[in-house]
Amino acid sequence: MSEYVLAASDRPLFEWRWVERNADEIVQRLGEHLALTAAALAIGLVLSVALAVLSLRWRWFYAVSLGAAGALYVIPSLGAFALLVPFFGLSFTTAVIPLATYTLLILLRNIVTGIQQVPAEVREAAVGMGFTRLRLLTQVEFPLALPVVIAGLRVAAVTTIGLVTVTAMLGMGGLGFFIRQGIQTTTPNPTAIIVGIGLSIVLAVVVDALLWLSERALAPWARKAGRA
Amino acid sequence: MNAIDQALDWLAQPDRWSWTAPAGIPYRTLEHLGFSALSLLISVVLAVPPALVLAHYRRGAFLASSAVNIGRAIPSFGLIILFWYLASRWEVDTSFWPLMLALVALALPPLFTNTYAGVVSVEPEAVDAARGIGHTEGQIMLRIELPLALPVILAGARVSFLQLIATVAIGAIVNDGGGLGRFIVDGFAQGAGGYGEILAGGFAVIVLALACEGVFALLERFAVPRGLTLSRRAALSTRPV
Repeated sequence: MSEYVLAASDRPLFEWRWVERNADEIVQRLGEHLALTAAALAIGLVLSVALAVLSLRWRWFYAVSLGAAGALYVIPSLGAFALLVPFFGLSFTTAVIPLATYTLLILLRNIVTGIQQVPAEVREAAVGMGFTRLRLLTQVEFPLALPVVIAGLRVAAVTTIGLVTVTAMLGMGGLGFFIRQGIQTTTPNPTAIIVGIGLSIVLAVVVDALLWLSERALAPWARKAGRA
Repeated sequence: MNAIDQALDWLAQPDRWSWTAPAGIPYRTLEHLGFSALSLLISVVLAVPPALVLAHYRRGAFLASSAVNIGRAIPSFGLIILFWYLASRWEVDTSFWPLMLALVALALPPLFTNTYAGVVSVEPEAVDAARGIGHTEGQIMLRIELPLALPVILAGARVSFLQLIATVAIGAIVNDGGGLGRFIVDGFAQGAGGYGEILAGGFAVIVLALACEGVFALLERFAVPRGLTLSRRAALSTRPV
C-alpha cells in the first residue's frame, strides 16, 4: 500500500534543530504520555486492591478474578481499542480502559501474593494486640506486602508506558504522536520517530527507577526483596 | 445505524469470507497467523540455542534477567514505524522485512530469558548423573537440559506469540501484511463510517488471540515430558507483555 510516499528521504536521521524547535511540544506530549500512564495505573491499582481484598476472603473469588484478568490480558491492544471506539469514540476513555485492564493481572497477583506471604506469627501478634481486621490489613499486612506490590507496579508501569504509544492510532497525544507524525508528513521525519521511541524508553526507565527508589524509602527493611 | 448493524452489514459484503481475496477475513487470518508463526520460528532459532549454551555454562545471567525488562520498555509501535522508515529509505521492500524484524526483536527477549531460566532450574543431580554415565556436554544440553526446560521454554513461546499476534495487527498501520489489523486501521481511516469494520476487525483479532492461547495451552500439555507433568507447577511466573 502506498499511502505514505517518501518524498525527501535524504533527510538526516537525527536533527537537533528539530528537537530544539519543538521543545515545547515535546514537553507537552511527554505530559500527555505521563497522564495516560498515571490514569491507567491509578485505575488498575484501585481495582486490584478491591479485588485483592475480596480474593483474600474467598479463594474461589481469587481464582475467578485471576482467570478474568488473565483473559483480558490476552486481548491484543489494537483489538481492545477497536471494540471500544464505536462506543466511546477516539477518546481518552477508549485509550485508558484497555491500559488499565492490562495492569490488573500483574497487580492483583502481586498484591495477593505479597499479603499471603506475611508470616503467620506477625498476623497473630497483631491480632493479639487487639488489631481489628481493617487495621491488620492497612497497618500490618499491606505495608509488609509493599515490596512485592511495588515490584508488580514497576512491571505494570513499564508495560503501560510502551503501550501508550499505540494509542497514537486513536489520535491520542503522547509520545506515539511523534512516532506517527514521523511518517505522515509529506517529508518523512526520522527525528520525530527516534524522539518518540527514545523518550518512551527513557520515560520507562526513569519511572521504573523512581518506583524502585520509592520501594527502598517505604520498605527499608526489604533491601533484598527485589523481584521485578 | 449503530455500530453493531454496521458491523453486520460489513460482514455481509461480498468476498468477506474469501480465502484468497484481501477483503476476506479468512485470508487476513491466515496472513496474521503466517506473520506471527514465521517470526516466532525465526526467534526460536535465534534465541534458544545461545540461551541453552549460555545457561549450561552459567554465563550471561545478567543479560538473561534483564532481557525481558529491556524488551518491555521498547515500544513495538515505534519499532515497526522506524524499521519501515529505514527500509523505505534504503529502498528495501517494505511489505515484509520491516514488520518481520520488529516482530523478531519483540519475541526474542521472553524466549531467551525463559530458556535460560528453564535450563538453570534443571536439577543438578540430573545433569551430574548424565555426566556420570558418559554423556558429553552437548548431549547433556540436548537430551537432559532442553527437554527438562521445555515447559518453561514453551511458556516463553506462549508469551512471545501472544505479543506477536498483538503486534502484527499494529503493523497494519504501515504494512499491507498487517493481517486482521488491516480492517481496524482501514476502519479508523473512515471515521464514524468505519465503526462497523473497526468493531468486526477488533472482534476477529481478539478471537484469534484467544484461540491461539487455547492451542498453546494444549501444546504445553502434550509437549512436556511425562515425568515432568507430575511435578509441573505453574512453571515460572512469566509475565506476558
